[in-house]
Amino acid sequence: MTGSAIRVRNLGKQYRIGAHPRTYKTLRERITSAFAFRRSGSNPPDQEGANERLFWAVRDVGFEIPEGEVVGVIGRNGAGKSTLLKLISRITEPTEGEIELTGRVGSLLEVGTGFHPELTGRENIYMNGAILGMARAEIVRKFDAIVDFAEVEKFIDTPVKHYSSGMYLRLAFAVAAHLEPEILIVDEVLAVGDAAFQKKCLGKMDEVSRQGRTVLFVSHNMVAVEKLCTRGIVMDQGRVVFDGAARDAIDACLTASNNDLGQDLSRTGRRSGSGEVRITRYEILSPTGKLIRAGDPVTIRLHFECRERIGRPAFAISVLTRSGLNLFTIFTSDLGFHIPEISADGFIDLEIPSPNLLAGVYILHFSITDEATGHWYDHVTESAELEIEAADVYHTGRQRAAAYSVLFYDCSWSLTIPAPAAPLAPAPSRN
Amino acid sequence: MLENPLRSGSGQRVSIRIVPRRGWVRIGFRELWAYRELMYFLAVREIQIRYKQTALGITWAVIQPLFTMLVFSLFFGKLGKMPSEGIPYPLFSLAALIPWSFFAAGLAQSSNSLVGNSNLITKVYFPRLVIPISSILSGLLDFVLGFLLLLIFMVAMGYFPNLHVFWSVPFLLLALVTSLGTGIWLCALNVEYRDVRYVVPFLTQFWMFATPIAYSGRMLKEPWRSVYGINPMVGVVEGFRWAVLGQGNPPGSILIISSLAAVLVLISGLYYFRRMERTFADIV
Repeated sequence: MTGSAIRVRNLGKQYRIGAHPRTYKTLRERITSAFAFRRSGSNPPDQEGANERLFWAVRDVGFEIPEGEVVGVIGRNGAGKSTLLKLISRITEPTEGEIELTGRVGSLLEVGTGFHPELTGRENIYMNGAILGMARAEIVRKFDAIVDFAEVEKFIDTPVKHYSSGMYLRLAFAVAAHLEPEILIVDEVLAVGDAAFQKKCLGKMDEVSRQGRTVLFVSHNMVAVEKLCTRGIVMDQGRVVFDGAARDAIDACLTASNNDLGQDLSRTGRRSGSGEVRITRYEILSPTGKLIRAGDPVTIRLHFECRERIGRPAFAISVLTRSGLNLFTIFTSDLGFHIPEISADGFIDLEIPSPNLLAGVYILHFSITDEATGHWYDHVTESAELEIEAADVYHTGRQRAAAYSVLFYDCSWSLTIPAPAAPLAPAPSRN
Repeated sequence: MLENPLRSGSGQRVSIRIVPRRGWVRIGFRELWAYRELMYFLAVREIQIRYKQTALGITWAVIQPLFTMLVFSLFFGKLGKMPSEGIPYPLFSLAALIPWSFFAAGLAQSSNSLVGNSNLITKVYFPRLVIPISSILSGLLDFVLGFLLLLIFMVAMGYFPNLHVFWSVPFLLLALVTSLGTGIWLCALNVEYRDVRYVVPFLTQFWMFATPIAYSGRMLKEPWRSVYGINPMVGVVEGFRWAVLGQGNPPGSILIISSLAAVLVLISGLYYFRRMERTFADIV
């Protein structure tokens, strides 16, 4: 009975990057090659268009997952986890290698796929169910259970554009949760919603895994991975770097040494300024390694090259949310750190002992200005990211993601109800 | 890539092998059939969305051909004095506009369908052909309403359809094949070359004048009439007009040319689509 549910061998997926506008020539070539009966697809990909940059999002990946095993795939952003799931879900085709799947596959790369704001909750349940591969009869049978799980009975005939974001997510997840495939592929769906809803989702996932289904689960939520999965696969730069027990995989992921050279900024297009000094590269350093969890100390290191001697420069770093809200900007001069002059290449560190940021990806802007006049020597925007993983920042055993808020503070609650109310047990203070 | 339908018989374990595809691939009709419910739901969704939050709702389906007919009747019929094969000009043009609207709307919808549904393509697997097909099928409701309008109009003008009217079904089918073939070509191209978005309105306009809607195609003499028939919509419009109005002659040999052209466009479109399909999720 227990065979392998997923078998992946030598899997690779190559992407073209730097999508420069196609010229007429390539358009014409494409049209003619589409008509030609030669097997152009069998050309080695590296020879197609020498000026296009190619990179492997996933390469040489191989593993086997027996029926009923729950496996977590972890690794930092861009490690190839999502691409791997897309390949197994058949959304995109591999460049090389093969995948064998035994059993009906249900993939859940996003909740609410195909939801349309103009349609009612009821219409969307049918639509979404059909998209996820449920038969009409199956949806009819599960309809009540779905509505019940989502807690939206009263609004089931209201267009979902009038739903609150919480209701919308609940409905979307409810449909997905009632999909009953033999192999379930899940990407990061638990990163949404409020704490109560996340708990409900985790419970549902737990239930699914106990029914003996095979689950492949990508998440940044280490607690969830540890709780749900028996096995963990760690990916880095498109390859599997660790495959073993879930707990060991998490450790491997967290302690992976920071041996990369930082991120190159010399070719970014989002740069302005006069250019006498330029920021060429940045590094995010943390004693905890490549993965930085909420509350971990962080050092941002900016490497600069100096073409001309300049006096009184001020460096600045800004932290923004992905939606562009500036959370924090700090100049060297703000802290009374005055640099008399720079005349050679070097680097500067900003150490933040405890960044109060919840899990998420933040955008970093860097600049070098003249401290007195404000003249901009260099200004690099939207080219750098700071990624923070979820952590139990309030020490309650629960992870907080930046779903509704971005920041956390060291704080505590206390409750007072003035007399004459009956004595009430004080609420437990957190932290 | 694989031929397994989504749902196999109960108890039977589905096994799928995914490997890179090279060159030309099969259309995969069996898998398409397995996804017919999704096709239906997508078509229904498109209809629902199209008329949500519009004051006139589904009435738009008849307003469009009706007003085009009025404009045509005024300019080509009254002022231009176009010959209309002995049929009152308004009826002559409306009988052509109903199948034409189905074709033109289907073309517009389907050519944009893949790009418009990119969120589905990048998140879920299903045969991608489902998308353009369902967007064309969603036009059938509008067609039925337009057809009713035409019948009412005919009766009001003293024309009663005879048994020929049943021939309108194969002509509708021919319009569907033409629309599907062209739509599949264009939506697959649109994924990579968004130029298609600008091409479609022009194409539709030129195509309309290359189709005997405002004028009679009988004005052309052989051999030019056969060349004219390469446009499959010539066969559709002439045939439909004959079937519904029950007057004049059936389109004759030109129909064979039109049908062949339509089928050729569809088959080539299907193969081209399947060939390009593997990159849709990456570049859409």
